[in-house]
Amino acid sequence: MTVFLQFLFSGLTIGAVYAMVGLGFNIIYNATSIINLAQGEFVVIGGLVMWFFIESVKLPFLVSLVLTLLTTGVVALLMERLTIKPLKKTDLLLMIMITVAVSIVLRGLLMFKFGKEPYVYAPFTEGEPLQIYGAIIQQQTLWIIGITCCCIVLIYLFFSRTLLGKAMRACAVNPTAAKLVGINVERMVMISFVLSAIMGAIAGVAITPISLMEYDKGPMLAVKGFSAAIMGGLGRGRGSVIGGFIIGILESMTAGYLHSGLKDAVALIILLAVLFFRPAGLFGSKAMLQLRKF
Amino acid sequence: MKRARKFLAIFFAVFFVVGALTTVYAKEPYKIGAVFAVTGPASFLGEPEKNTTLMLKDQINAAGGINGTPIEIIIEDSKSDETQAVLAAKKLLEKDNVLAIIGPSTTGESMALVPIMNAAKTPLISCAAGAGITQPVKERYWIFKTPQYDVSAVEAIYTHMKKQKISKIGIVSISTGFGDAGRKALLDMAPKYGMTIVADERYGPKDSDMTTQLTKIKAAGAQAVINWSVGPGQVVVTKNWAALKMGIPLYQSHGWGSKKNIELAGKAAEGVIAPLGRLVVWDKLHDTHPQKALLKKYSRDYEAKFKGEPGTFGGHAYDSLMMVVEALKKVGPDKKKIRDYIETKIKKWPGTGGIFNMSPQDHCGLDKTAFEMVVVKNGDWEILK
Repeated sequence: MTVFLQFLFSGLTIGAVYAMVGLGFNIIYNATSIINLAQGEFVVIGGLVMWFFIESVKLPFLVSLVLTLLTTGVVALLMERLTIKPLKKTDLLLMIMITVAVSIVLRGLLMFKFGKEPYVYAPFTEGEPLQIYGAIIQQQTLWIIGITCCCIVLIYLFFSRTLLGKAMRACAVNPTAAKLVGINVERMVMISFVLSAIMGAIAGVAITPISLMEYDKGPMLAVKGFSAAIMGGLGRGRGSVIGGFIIGILESMTAGYLHSGLKDAVALIILLAVLFFRPAGLFGSKAMLQLRKF
Repeated sequence: MKRARKFLAIFFAVFFVVGALTTVYAKEPYKIGAVFAVTGPASFLGEPEKNTTLMLKDQINAAGGINGTPIEIIIEDSKSDETQAVLAAKKLLEKDNVLAIIGPSTTGESMALVPIMNAAKTPLISCAAGAGITQPVKERYWIFKTPQYDVSAVEAIYTHMKKQKISKIGIVSISTGFGDAGRKALLDMAPKYGMTIVADERYGPKDSDMTTQLTKIKAAGAQAVINWSVGPGQVVVTKNWAALKMGIPLYQSHGWGSKKNIELAGKAAEGVIAPLGRLVVWDKLHDTHPQKALLKKYSRDYEAKFKGEPGTFGGHAYDSLMMVVEALKKVGPDKKKIRDYIETKIKKWPGTGGIFNMSPQDHCGLDKTAFEMVVVKNGDWEILK
């Protein structure tokens, strides 16, 4: 029982990381139907810049957090203004290729600034891990799960209750129609980039104390976060979170009961199986799938 | 008119004499090649190696070179890639006509250079650890290496465990070349030391939580955990080990030897044991230890110049280059003689990695005595007796 619980908690810890990254993918997707493959780099920027403010400049936690989110927001703003906006032809595949290029550039810049070493700072609350029936769960994991839940609620409210959120969704479904009803499509795209970058930065800030952060962690985070988003159904905030936890727990259980060498393979095979039977993901609907542009 | 001609004559005479003199005195420098993974995934190896090599070159040339001849080191970046390493070595051999090559940084790259170096009859002193680089020694006539064997690190750990009456162990290793080699050495050497491996777990280089693997090891009844990795993985394992309060000791590989790891793991690192080269614990050595003076000078110089610790990896480049330099000093610029000198005359030779004893049977020259068992205590290293 203890061992099973420990595997479960370990899976929750891993899954929480994937879930948070997965959330970021959804925001841009919801506003533009593009997949921002530089999302992993924003997570890394969040973690490393937070380290810079908190450990190097020695600012208080909340100030560092605000500055980190601002910095990441500005980076995303520049990314969108310099690479996405100047495009004459808004081809989805082209835009996705651009995000890949941006991710490579960002990784290079991060390496120059921070070097190749990993970084870490203290967890949000100091103290012993919690014990439940002999299994332990780290306090930081609870923080991550809590923050993830808050983010889902906020994102849900934003996209379904505010005019801005609804306008952003309209842009994804049909940019031309959105423009006709007077929505400033370009501005919506810009806002979605900034928002999703901030989302990624929050994830980075939260996960660095347990997983450490180094300049080239982005691609792995992006792949796992993207898998989480796909598993839950792209565009569904709640779906990507549950998808993330499912993948994390699957990995942990495979490592525990089969072998740790197989964990990535098994998690991905199950992801593929889900997509065979429910191509829209666990929470996506068929109607939504038909609306997807690719 | 006459005067002008006389002037010209003197001018040319002086010009030619000076020209002749300078060509006599400014000797052609000894050319040594270096192939390091300065960029790419293995750059954490290549960077300190490159820094060390450049620093030593400046020091040697400032002190008058080798018997009056300066050295020139041509560094090529392999970009952590076997193909690039081969191209770099070919360039060094064919275009620059180097006397010897030091590097490459990784085992894969070194293996790729073996046939080329043997064909070119030029010594290679590798900075990578894999046993296959220098074994079988018959087919590695021109190849040497300076890092300790993985097997030696494993033997140092097992010897220490035996003293602690530990016989059931769980191992967890990273799924990279470093982890594969270490895992193989751990499995191969276990019967010889009477160790039973009750769990054999893996993890990926970017994984963020290894609690599952550790829980499994504990449940399998291990008396100690050995983690074999470099990079952030070893810090995460250490943190998870401390959080789980496993109650059994954690041993790390020789990749643990950086103060950075203690900083990152914080209190969790207390009590972690690892076999480390003496470079990281030079200040804890007795003054009479043959390695102490050179380790002190190298560490101090490196820290002053590059504002960071040289680490074990920079030390490998130090040893490789200094072996070539010593051979050049004794036998001059002759590839065959350099090779023979390194093979037969590097005996009881203190380097950063240990005290080398090269022989026609062993082109590495280090064994488990190159390591000290070191425990983390109060945020610092402490040598275990």
